Amino acid sequence: MDLSLSQEQQLIQQMAAKFARTELEPLAQKLDHSGDRSAFLANLKKLAELGFMGLNIDAQYQGTEAGSVAFSLAITEIARACAATAVTMSVTNMVGEVIQSVASNAQKQQYLPKLCSGEYAAGAFCLTESSAGSDPANMKTSAVLEGENWILNGAKQFISSAEYAGVFVVWAVTDTSMAKGKGISCFLVEQGTAGMSIGKAEQKMGQKASVTNEVLFDQCRIPQDALMGELNQGFKIAVTELAGGRIGIGSLALGIALAAMDYARNYTLERKQFGQVIAKFQGLQWMMADAYTELEAARLLLMSAADKKQRGLAFSKEASMAKLYASEKANQACYTALQLLGGYGYISEYPLERYARDVRITSIYEGSSEIQRVIISRELLKEVS
Amino acid sequence: MKVLVTVKRVIDYNVKVRVKADGSDVDLNNVKMAMNPFCEIAVEEAIRLKESGTATEVIAVSVGPKACQEQLRTALALGADRAIHIESEAQLESLNVAKLLAKVIEQEQPGVVILGKQAIDTDNNQTGQMLSALTGMAQGTFASKIDIQGDKAVVIREVDGGLQTIELAMPIIATTDLRLNEPRYASLPNIMKAKRKPLEVKTPEELGVSIKAHTKLLSVGAPAERKAGIKVASVAELVDKLKNEAKVI
Repeated sequence: MDLSLSQEQQLIQQMAAKFARTELEPLAQKLDHSGDRSAFLANLKKLAELGFMGLNIDAQYQGTEAGSVAFSLAITEIARACAATAVTMSVTNMVGEVIQSVASNAQKQQYLPKLCSGEYAAGAFCLTESSAGSDPANMKTSAVLEGENWILNGAKQFISSAEYAGVFVVWAVTDTSMAKGKGISCFLVEQGTAGMSIGKAEQKMGQKASVTNEVLFDQCRIPQDALMGELNQGFKIAVTELAGGRIGIGSLALGIALAAMDYARNYTLERKQFGQVIAKFQGLQWMMADAYTELEAARLLLMSAADKKQRGLAFSKEASMAKLYASEKANQACYTALQLLGGYGYISEYPLERYARDVRITSIYEGSSEIQRVIISRELLKEVS
Repeated sequence: MKVLVTVKRVIDYNVKVRVKADGSDVDLNNVKMAMNPFCEIAVEEAIRLKESGTATEVIAVSVGPKACQEQLRTALALGADRAIHIESEAQLESLNVAKLLAKVIEQEQPGVVILGKQAIDTDNNQTGQMLSALTGMAQGTFASKIDIQGDKAVVIREVDGGLQTIELAMPIIATTDLRLNEPRYASLPNIMKAKRKPLEVKTPEELGVSIKAHTKLLSVGAPAERKAGIKVASVAELVDKLKNEAKVI
């Protein structure tokens, strides 16, 4: 067993780290405090041009074909500097991957190059509704075939990048007579389609530069061939693709937490109290030892899940374990890091309070920790029953 | 025309450098390594020469332990066509490196050789100049602009008093200063392609160069910690202290 990274994976990790440090880090505080949409979008475009928006997409569609391990490494490095940029990158990659795995050739040709090249600023994943969060099968958005068009009606909630995404993957009920979760299909809807409107941006606790909106469909007419994958098989697509996205979110949580702990570790070597640097106090040393140990375990879980996915093996349980563990431990690590800075951790001149706010959502979105436990235990019991 | 560009593996500029406890050298254990920033500028310039049609091939060269191949792969990912690694575990001095590079120049016959003006680890600022002396090629050091015009090259040099423009007969050796260009990021597809580009490994013996040490490293110490300053009450006191305590005026 070899746990080392390939030379390409190392180079991608280094390049992502360099880009994050040079281009994203100097902007992150401003994006959080006052926002700068044009600078944010410019960085997304640069990331796309460098190949970060299609890490797992085939080269024939202008993707990078770098694999899931490289995807995880890249997200972690980008998230160290700017979580809002990282989540946009993670979701856009996930949208690309769902299109690649289930869309028709024509749909792939039409959308993947635009997502990978940055012609589209981002992609959006429209699954959640106000009454269908952890229970997405309860969705009410409907699609009815009328002649040569599907007519979409309903509202999607908490949609990342809705204001500037070029294409939306939208789930809707296509057969109400079928059992719950069975009559759902998946569609590709372009930004600006008549009948689709974007609600106001949510005011969030963290990851503020990444915009989150409600997306409304009112008699929204899309062509018949906007259906992606098989009719009434959409729920399965959502469940499968979210597993890949979970590797992204776990990796993102890890990046934020490492940034927080690295900052705190350096701080303990500078800050003096009681006549010595606070790194000399064993109480703080143990906090640091625990946090880094847990983050290393999270990293290994993420690498293992990504490696399984890359090799075409079943990885859903592992992805959920990695997401659960990484996001929970990252939350704790950011809390610990903030504590290590004491009062300075609490003021916005230092980045710790931003890390603590940015990391909070990682144990909620793309399946809360509770849902991850449901998935993990279901898989565990399936293995023996 | 071929362009030869040199790449050195050094401690990443962002890393806080630690000295070994016995003071024998800098501690490289578990330290992040990267391409010397001046070499990044050299690679960028070489790639631009190829993109503008002036050069036909970019060859990246590195001298040092096996791990240098990481930096050569980076150069390949940035756009170099092939790489040569001269493998040596020895403590290399500028003259050793210059002699090895002179042999590579003899074999490859490049029109332009671009090096970083210095490496951020040892800060010697010698290899380019020594290479020029060994090969007899004209040198344009501290370049902030390199303009190849057929059988001559115009190089603008950053000197203490400002900028100096010189004309050199080809082939030339140039060393890069900070403002020559702004290096690009390697794109991910190019990183993926880099592994298919050729990387040739040679030894000093194969090149007929024996590595001789001319200097001995006696000790390495951390810079003295900066002490807290003092406040002076008046300009007169300041002048007095500068004159009589610091003895700088």
